[in-house]
Amino acid sequence: MTSVAAFGCWLPARVVPNSELAPQLDCTPEWMLEMSGIAERRYASPEEDVVAMAVGAAKDCLDRARTAPADVRLLIVSSASVPQRFPGPAAAVAAQLGMGETPAMDIPVASAGSLFGLVLASKLAPSTGPVLVIGAEKMSSAIVLEPAYKATSILFGDGAGACLVREGPGLLRIVDWQLGSDGAFAADLRLPLTGPIEMNGRSVIMQASRKMPRAINEVLKRAGVPASDVAAFIMHQANQNLMDRVAKAVGAPTERFYTNINRYGNTSSASLLIAAAEWACQTTPAPGAPVCFAAFGAGFHWGALLATAE
Amino acid sequence: MSNRDRIVEILKVVSQNPDVPDANESLFDGGYLDSFALPEVITALEKEFGVKIPDSDLNPRKFETVVKVEQYLDAHKA
Repeated sequence: MTSVAAFGCWLPARVVPNSELAPQLDCTPEWMLEMSGIAERRYASPEEDVVAMAVGAAKDCLDRARTAPADVRLLIVSSASVPQRFPGPAAAVAAQLGMGETPAMDIPVASAGSLFGLVLASKLAPSTGPVLVIGAEKMSSAIVLEPAYKATSILFGDGAGACLVREGPGLLRIVDWQLGSDGAFAADLRLPLTGPIEMNGRSVIMQASRKMPRAINEVLKRAGVPASDVAAFIMHQANQNLMDRVAKAVGAPTERFYTNINRYGNTSSASLLIAAAEWACQTTPAPGAPVCFAAFGAGFHWGALLATAE
Repeated sequence: MSNRDRIVEILKVVSQNPDVPDANESLFDGGYLDSFALPEVITALEKEFGVKIPDSDLNPRKFETVVKVEQYLDAHKA
């Protein structure tokens, strides 16, 4: 049995409301809210890079798990907004956490990266020992605050989330997962080495609206769990309208879909774990209650993971 | 009920718009569909007509009008 022992998160202090961006993007705060469900997001300072945010989320997570960094046997860091080709941030994060020569690996999968890391951790933890998964993103570095880019620039924010996965009982027992990738859509959402993020919003929305519900339904079907029995759906916080569509497609009340996108925007791979960390602080699910995670992003990569509360 | 009528019924349910679009009217420009609603229409069409529509066909141009939806289903019916 592999479990999530704890979640954690770290958010920059600087709050950026729609009213601050609207004049630069030649739109209104109301339009931004209507298009995305986002009222404000956080922007990191120049000193708060991906590594610093990842370390902040890791410390929060390890504190909650009452686990020392030295007891982590593998570190997985998901980030797609790093400033250099290599090395990725994982090794620097491990060093700042004082993890010695513990292996540290990067997953540059963007929005679905935390979910992919979580699945990897669930398979590796029984043999390696505790695995720390982090999603950390400085998406404010990937956008341009000009009217021509407003469709994407309104969406993104900065932050980091983390979870500790280990063999044995914990907060959530990992039951099953379903991952998918389709490179036919690789050009529809990408962050080139130079220039801002490029997104074919229509393609992203249409594919996400099909692929995420399908992955969720698949893991629920295999476990014999009706969607109506799932206590909480914790998704990559991409767009509130998309989450509402996914809820409708799987036949579950939208209230079961945990959301904090109105406060943090889309933090790419960090968002799933930030949402999970907040949800875990606010909720005590009944033992055995199903909890479903799902994500979709660049690649396209997507998936769902089913867990049960312990 | 004709195939066209069945398509229109699906569009009315998904769009929550009781109006009937003209056969060659753009469903997107006419406000019947958007990027969020098209996947829901596709799923409903699959159930209603017993066809499998691949994700690669989720292209608004293929489902731009009632006539185009009809033509797509004719070409892909089981």
